[in-house]
Amino acid sequence: MPADVSALQLVLSGDAALFAIVRLSLYVSLSAVVLAALIGILLGAWIALTRFPGRQGVIVMLNALMGLPPVVVGLAVYLALSRSGPLGSFGLLFTPRAMIIAQTVLVAPIIAALTRQTIEDLWLEYRDELTAMNLGPLGRVATLIWDARFSLVTALLAGFGRAAAEVGAIIIVGGNIEGFSRTMTTAIALETSKGDLPLAVGLGIVLIAIVIALNALAWTARRAGERLAG
Amino acid sequence: MRAPSEELPVVFDGVSVTAGLVTILDNIALTLAPGAPTVLIGPNGSGKTTLLRAAMGLVAPTRGRITWGGRENVPPLKRAIVFQRPAMLRRSTGANIRFALRAAGIPRAEHARRTGELLELVGLGSLADRAARRLSGGEQQRLALARALARDPAVLFLDEPTASLDPTATKAVEDIIRAVSQRNIKVVMATHDLGEARRLAGEIVMLHRGRVVETGAAVSFFDAPQTAEARAFLAGELLI
Repeated sequence: MPADVSALQLVLSGDAALFAIVRLSLYVSLSAVVLAALIGILLGAWIALTRFPGRQGVIVMLNALMGLPPVVVGLAVYLALSRSGPLGSFGLLFTPRAMIIAQTVLVAPIIAALTRQTIEDLWLEYRDELTAMNLGPLGRVATLIWDARFSLVTALLAGFGRAAAEVGAIIIVGGNIEGFSRTMTTAIALETSKGDLPLAVGLGIVLIAIVIALNALAWTARRAGERLAG
Repeated sequence: MRAPSEELPVVFDGVSVTAGLVTILDNIALTLAPGAPTVLIGPNGSGKTTLLRAAMGLVAPTRGRITWGGRENVPPLKRAIVFQRPAMLRRSTGANIRFALRAAGIPRAEHARRTGELLELVGLGSLADRAARRLSGGEQQRLALARALARDPAVLFLDEPTASLDPTATKAVEDIIRAVSQRNIKVVMATHDLGEARRLAGEIVMLHRGRVVETGAAVSFFDAPQTAEARAFLAGELLI
């Protein structure tokens, strides 16, 4: 039987092992995106609205960090969480939490850099109005983030895409332990190397379907929101 | 009728504003007192917009001082401004006004009533739920006026509010300005449209190259201008 037919059967039959991997992948990547959004949106907005010495250098560095190699991030997080590392006492290495930390490190700069650009552009447009309304710094940040919400969804999607697709970092800090820290991407890498193509292809189909579904959902929400809010 | 405000008069005492080597306002001495609308006229680049921004407190004088009701550094709680190209918040028309009400510290319980009143005043009552950025240019300008009025200002600065509007939209905005002025809100407006200045102004301030070249009651300014610049401007000559 061709590999792709078996893969489809695995997906359609609701294979328990396959969907356990899918659930863990979503848990890890969505958790990382939520954490990265909290960090990245606030950091990006702060850089957009604040003037300080070395700001241009910070922006260049932030943009550069969007291209962080996952294996390097994995290595750095591994060293930090390993028994002899500064965070070793927490015992997080080879757990889903370690994978969330690694993906958060990867995704936060992407969200921060895209947020910084979005908020800065909007601030140029809103500056006079918000200043004339005597709005304080917190009010300005809240207004800009809220009014940029549809653009920030794109930043979150970019972050989720990065998290869902990467394998290098989580395989180092998660260990790819079956039933515990195995995600779609690490499983695809492993099963392909073992020659178990149906499971690898099945996971690939699910991964792509999730990414497409999330993007379609976000696009629909954005269009509906723009019709209402402009 | 509104009680006399602590914001007025707005007094410019030897105010200059420079940007690098360029002098935008040059030693302005001017008093904006309660009463009929004051209209700033002058060619492009004469300093009208900068004077309005300085009066609003958005631009700090490089030299001299500005006082509001005899005090310096007064936060703009009872001042409002409508820019030539107002930014529409990415919200509905009604939500833009509610935002301004919140920013002005108006209690939430009053938001619905005040929003309805302001939308009716500017003729946008039927468009409360439409996205503000999808309104026409004239409607956006009227929404900007309503948003400014949400602050319940004692003085309202308008920077060429009808520039690039068609005659119908211009008339709608001018009608609102008259209604606002009748509520005892001091209107200070910049325009390069002499017809509009004739229709609205109680007092004229003419600027040229960052200096006030002539001030006075609108009737006497248009009937008997005192300076060569004013005569040339009224005659439609190019002031360079």
